Amino acid sequence: MPSNYPQVLFQNRKPDRITTLEEYRQSGGYRALADVCKHWSPKDVQQEIMNANLLGRGGAAFPTGMKLMAVAEDAPYPRYIVCNADEMEPGTFKDRVLIHADPHMIIEGLILAGFAARAEEGIIFIRPEYENAARILEREIKIAREAGYLGQNILGNGYSLEIVVHRSAGRYICGEVTAQMNALMGKRPNPKVPPPYPTEKGLWGRPTVFQNVDTLACIPHVINNGAEWFKGLARTATGGGTKIFCVSGKVNRPGCYELPLGVPLREIIEEHAGGLPPGSEFKACLPGGASTRFLSKEFYEIEMDFESLRKVGHRLGTGAVMVFDHKTCLVAATLNLIEFFARESCGWCTPCREGLPYIRDLLRRIEEGEGREEFIPMLERMSKHLWSAYCAFAPGAVSPVEGLLTYFEDEVQEHIVQRKCPLK
Amino acid sequence: MLDEELRGSLTRKIAGIEHPRELVVDVMFALQEHYGYLSDEAVREAAELLDMSPLEVDEIATFYTFVYREPVGKYVIHVCDSVICWMGGYESLRDHLCRKLGIRLGETTADGLFTLLPVCCIGYCDRAPAMLVNRQVYGCLTPAKIDEIVAKLKDSAHMSGE
Repeated sequence: MPSNYPQVLFQNRKPDRITTLEEYRQSGGYRALADVCKHWSPKDVQQEIMNANLLGRGGAAFPTGMKLMAVAEDAPYPRYIVCNADEMEPGTFKDRVLIHADPHMIIEGLILAGFAARAEEGIIFIRPEYENAARILEREIKIAREAGYLGQNILGNGYSLEIVVHRSAGRYICGEVTAQMNALMGKRPNPKVPPPYPTEKGLWGRPTVFQNVDTLACIPHVINNGAEWFKGLARTATGGGTKIFCVSGKVNRPGCYELPLGVPLREIIEEHAGGLPPGSEFKACLPGGASTRFLSKEFYEIEMDFESLRKVGHRLGTGAVMVFDHKTCLVAATLNLIEFFARESCGWCTPCREGLPYIRDLLRRIEEGEGREEFIPMLERMSKHLWSAYCAFAPGAVSPVEGLLTYFEDEVQEHIVQRKCPLK
Repeated sequence: MLDEELRGSLTRKIAGIEHPRELVVDVMFALQEHYGYLSDEAVREAAELLDMSPLEVDEIATFYTFVYREPVGKYVIHVCDSVICWMGGYESLRDHLCRKLGIRLGETTADGLFTLLPVCCIGYCDRAPAMLVNRQVYGCLTPAKIDEIVAKLKDSAHMSGE
């Protein structure tokens, strides 16, 4: 079903190929950069983005404008602007779709963010599974350079920026910015605990700003149409912009849908993703990737926005809506999620390295009919311990476990009482 | 051993940048391409090229999913076992692949053609269940489709004289 909502990020999306530079230009592309190069200061750009309520789309929802402002005016050079295309949150594929749809929108956003931070070196950090996307970006960066949008003295402004594509060799933790910093510097990608923050001392001790792919893609539109327009795209007062929701699991039409922030969960699933397949009933979903908590049916009408989910103790994360039906065992699903996290943990700190296999073992025993009553408080206690891990990986990892125990404890109990998975 | 052409191109690439170590993944990939996997010899060569110790290279090599420190087949199949593919039938597809190839996860076929490995979410949840073969994606998998893919890969290996 074609969406009736304004398509901003997907305005040039085509079923079978990328948008060329010429097509992007015809849709207003690189107009923001031309305008900024003539009339704007880096501070103006920062302020406009701040006013637009643009929150980071990579999962943490940090205000983009604030991150750009965090680079001190007298900070040393060279400064770095990094596009985080290491999209590894399970259920998330918006960056891949966006790069294949309109690479220049991301490149222009990266240049504008670079301008705002006065960064001279741009890097796109991309996961190895997206080799085709990496090649598209390399080719289009070259085309943008030939057109004068990159390189020395961009559009006569005096500002200079080069962009390189940095391929990762595949590990979930590399999406975390401090781990990504180590990866980029050719070190083992364990995370670091700030301070110092990357905006102060990032790559090789220089100020570095990390932004997600679709956060960057929003920036040209903020500049072209203004902060008020951008805020107005959202259906909630606190939101700003549209959001690409990637819907997967038990739905008829899995895929990426660009919708206003604040659109009800029910609408995303039933109208845009075509509802559940015949014979399937909605049981739960993860609203924003594997490191968010399950939403049960009682949240079916919730407005899908960062703030509205935060208010009820949930997170919008990456906006990757993964739908589970009544025939899917949520203990088994949580076990699968924990297997993922246990394997992907970098192993640097003890709570994460030791705690996740412990939780996995408890869940596996419950799923296999060997669970005991006391496993539930053990799971609760262990999940709490993981909050004292070194980085945000572990608290994210236990989110599905917490969701399972909060909303589906009955299902866990049934496993224990019946001494088997009731859905098998 | 590295041929002069590859050594030369890597040396030039490294000489052109301020911080050589940042190329460690690119160099490991290039050597892996050359040797078929990242052998001990390749680790030493990467270390020498990048002015790092072999241990420093190895601690990075062993961290990443797509760097192979053991010999692998001509085609490395990474089957996604994360939650959406799992819900879409990963377990039966994995069993089908194991039967078809006569190996378990983590093993390589006797003819050296296929290595089978599990992998975390590859970002193709809209086409689950999915897998990668030498980093090319195949989605909406069924047993029949897997048979077709394996047959095609075998054909193209035979044509290239393997």
